[in-house]
Amino acid sequence: MNVRLYIWQRLTAALMAPLVLIHIAVIFYATHQGLSAADILSRTHGSVIWAAFYGIFVAAVAIHAAIGVRNIFSEWSPFKGRGLDVFVILFGMALAILGFRAIAALVLA
Amino acid sequence: MPEAHSELSVSLWRGREDGRYQTYAVPRRENQTILDVVTFVQRHIDPTLSYRFACRVGVCGSCAMTVNGKPRWTCRTHVSKVVGKDTGGAQLEIGPLENLPVIKDLATDMAVFFAKWQDAKGVFAPSKTRHDPIEQISPASPARRAADAAIECINCGVCYAGCDTVRWNSDYLGPAALTRALTLVNDVRDGGNPARLQAIAATGGCHACHSHQSCQELCPQSLNPTAAIAALKRRTSAAYLKGELKR
Repeated sequence: MNVRLYIWQRLTAALMAPLVLIHIAVIFYATHQGLSAADILSRTHGSVIWAAFYGIFVAAVAIHAAIGVRNIFSEWSPFKGRGLDVFVILFGMALAILGFRAIAALVLA
Repeated sequence: MPEAHSELSVSLWRGREDGRYQTYAVPRRENQTILDVVTFVQRHIDPTLSYRFACRVGVCGSCAMTVNGKPRWTCRTHVSKVVGKDTGGAQLEIGPLENLPVIKDLATDMAVFFAKWQDAKGVFAPSKTRHDPIEQISPASPARRAADAAIECINCGVCYAGCDTVRWNSDYLGPAALTRALTLVNDVRDGGNPARLQAIAATGGCHACHSHQSCQELCPQSLNPTAAIAALKRRTSAAYLKGELKR
C-alpha cells in the first residue's frame, strides 16, 4: 500500500461509515413497516436521491474493497505485482457493474 | 539462597534456519539475566554456541533474542521476569530474533534491518555548512519534542522481530526505520525531507502498517513506533494532497 491507495481507502471508508448506517436504518424501516417489494420499488422509481445515495455507496464499495483485497493478497499469498493490480481492478469493476445494475433496477424499473 | 540450588531447563536454538532446540541445565542464580543464562551455556557447557552481545547494560542493542516467544533485550531481562519467582524446573526457550535470517544459533543477520534504515532515508542530510552559525533549537518547540520519537532507539531489532506486518510483507520498512525517519522529518536542521517523504510514502512505507502496536508493547526503551508511524501517515498524506510527492 502506498500513500495514494491509503488516501483512497480512508476516504471511501469515511464516506461509507454514514452510508452504511443509513442503509441499515432503511432496512429496519422497510421490514418494520412491512413494505413489499412493489412498495419499495414504487418509492425508489425515478428517485434521484436514492440513485445518488446508492450510486455513491457502490462507487465507494468498489474502490474500498478492491484496495482491501489487493492488500490481503499481497500480504497473505504469493500473488503480487502487475497481475494482482489487474485482478483487483477487474474485481472492483465487477463490484461496480453489479451494484450499478441493482441501482438501475431500483430506480429505472 | 534457595534459588542458588535450583536449576533452569533452558532450550536454545542450535543451527541455522533448519536447526532445532537443544535443552541445557543451567544453575539458577539471583538477579540472573537471560544473557547470563546464555553466557553460562557458552562458557561452561558448549563453547560452540553462537550469540551476540557487547555492552551488557542495555545501550548497544546487540543482544536481542526471542525469549519464551517474545523478542526481548536479553541483558536487561531478568530470568524472574520471564519464568516468575517459582524456579522449580522453570523452562526457558531462547531462540534467534524472528523476521531475520539466522546466521547460526542465536545470532541473526541484521543486514536487512539496517538496509531498511537507509531505504527510509534514516540518515541526517545536512542543510548548512560549517561556516553557518549553529542552529538554535528550543527544547520546548513542537518539532524538537516530536524529534524525540527515536532518539532513545538502540537499534536492537526487537520491534522489527515482533512486527506482524514485517512478517507478511518483506518490503515493509519496519517500525525502527520509520521511527528514525520521523525524528529526521522533525529535525529542523535536516534538508532531506523531500526524498525521505517520497521513500516512506511508497509501497512498503508507513502506510503498510496495520497499527497492531506490538512494537509499542515490546520496545525495551518504551518508545512508541506506532504513534510515530501514524504521524508519518498524516505527514505524507498531507504532502501528497499538496502535490509535494511525485506521482
